[in-house]
Amino acid sequence: MIQLEGLVRRYGEREALNDVSLSLSTGQTLVVFGPNGAGKTTLLRVLATLLRPHAGAVTVLGRRLPQDAWAVRGRVGLLGHEPLLYRELTARENLRFHARLHGVREDRVEEVLAAVRLVDRAEESLKTLSRGMVQRVAIARAVLHDPELLLLDEPWANLDPAARDLVEPLIGAGTDPARPRTRVISSHDPGGGLSEADLVLGLRDGRPALLREVADVDPGEIAELYR
Amino acid sequence: MSAVSERPPAGSDTRRPRASPPGIAATVGALLRKELLVELRTLESVPGMSLFAVTTFVVFHFALNQNTVSGDEAAGILWVTLLFAAMLGVNRLFVADQDQGGFDAFLLAPVDRSAMLLAKALALFAYLAVLELVAVPAFGLLLLAPPLGQTLPDLLLVLVLADLGIAVIGTLVAALAVQTRARDLLGPLLALPLLVPIVIGAARASSPLLVLAHPAEVGGPPIRWLATLALYDLVFGLIAYAVFDFLLED
Repeated sequence: MIQLEGLVRRYGEREALNDVSLSLSTGQTLVVFGPNGAGKTTLLRVLATLLRPHAGAVTVLGRRLPQDAWAVRGRVGLLGHEPLLYRELTARENLRFHARLHGVREDRVEEVLAAVRLVDRAEESLKTLSRGMVQRVAIARAVLHDPELLLLDEPWANLDPAARDLVEPLIGAGTDPARPRTRVISSHDPGGGLSEADLVLGLRDGRPALLREVADVDPGEIAELYR
Repeated sequence: MSAVSERPPAGSDTRRPRASPPGIAATVGALLRKELLVELRTLESVPGMSLFAVTTFVVFHFALNQNTVSGDEAAGILWVTLLFAAMLGVNRLFVADQDQGGFDAFLLAPVDRSAMLLAKALALFAYLAVLELVAVPAFGLLLLAPPLGQTLPDLLLVLVLADLGIAVIGTLVAALAVQTRARDLLGPLLALPLLVPIVIGAARASSPLLVLAHPAEVGGPPIRWLATLALYDLVFGLIAYAVFDFLLED
């Protein structure tokens, strides 16, 4: 599903990712930990085809990046720090816009709105909604086209416990073996993050400081990344 | 550092039935609809452009110390004013997309990137049309000596050809400038030199339409200047189509 070998990504002179190698199978969840600026968001954006790798080999959904990025688009759902939604439009207008871009039928919009329990606020402009509600709309947007790979950048930010439970069926590990859900999640929450993970990557200054299966990871090692 | 997870996958890599990607017409339609909806809600571009044009005509009215203008002078004032008013729209064209993540959302979709060029150029063309609906009558009222009635169809032809060029070049430059910190400065600095041939062609083509003469004596706009405008539109349309993808890429 995802194969990285010696991935390097720079911003100018600074190396945001340096020599990152890993392999993630279909249906698995990789959780990425690391302090601010460690490279977590950059990694997600490379996997989403939004940033080009500067060195190394990157394969996502069986396609090499950046050459075959066109074949990966539309099969990935990205939930970033920004909701990727227009503040002046309503939740329904935003989701319908994304549905048209992905060739998704419009009744799917109502499905996801119902799933995040925002049907009765769907006609309000996004700028009038709370941050938690906007995050729920953003999650609805990320899963609207039923992507094979979910890239989630701190997905539980701004969500109260009830909202976390609400979005669990949309971005959780999934229970249907016929529809495996592969996820890459960046997190600062060791408890929550480890409970979602199959594989754990710890980044520090863009370099992998920890890469292990979750059963072999001590929560203390995650805390160590932030010191 | 490298690791390969040994855990068996939770399921096979079966392909889900995927929605078919939308065609370019559907994508342009979706983008254009969104564009016009955002402009209707925010009124960030068109009212500002129109107000700028009308205010500029008033300033010219007093600065020239003339009640009316005609011919080359009228054409120059009209086109320079429309050009600078258009720059306000050009500068705002991609701001919402850049600031609110619309670029990323578009880049994640399985669509032809040229759709954004087309949709943005069509939106800018629509903004220019609305601007001219306000600005041209205001120009006729505040500054122009000859009545516009008889020559309006010919002037419309010049306006359409010039607007096409401004829309294409404006979209291209706006897409480039919005990715820089100095976008408000860079947009006009890049666009104005590229738009000078359009101002020249449009002013020369419309000058004979703005003279004080008997309607029968006024010929149409010079064909060679109309052809120049059309050719310039075509060349920049092709250039924009060829390079726009690269402007959106990382």
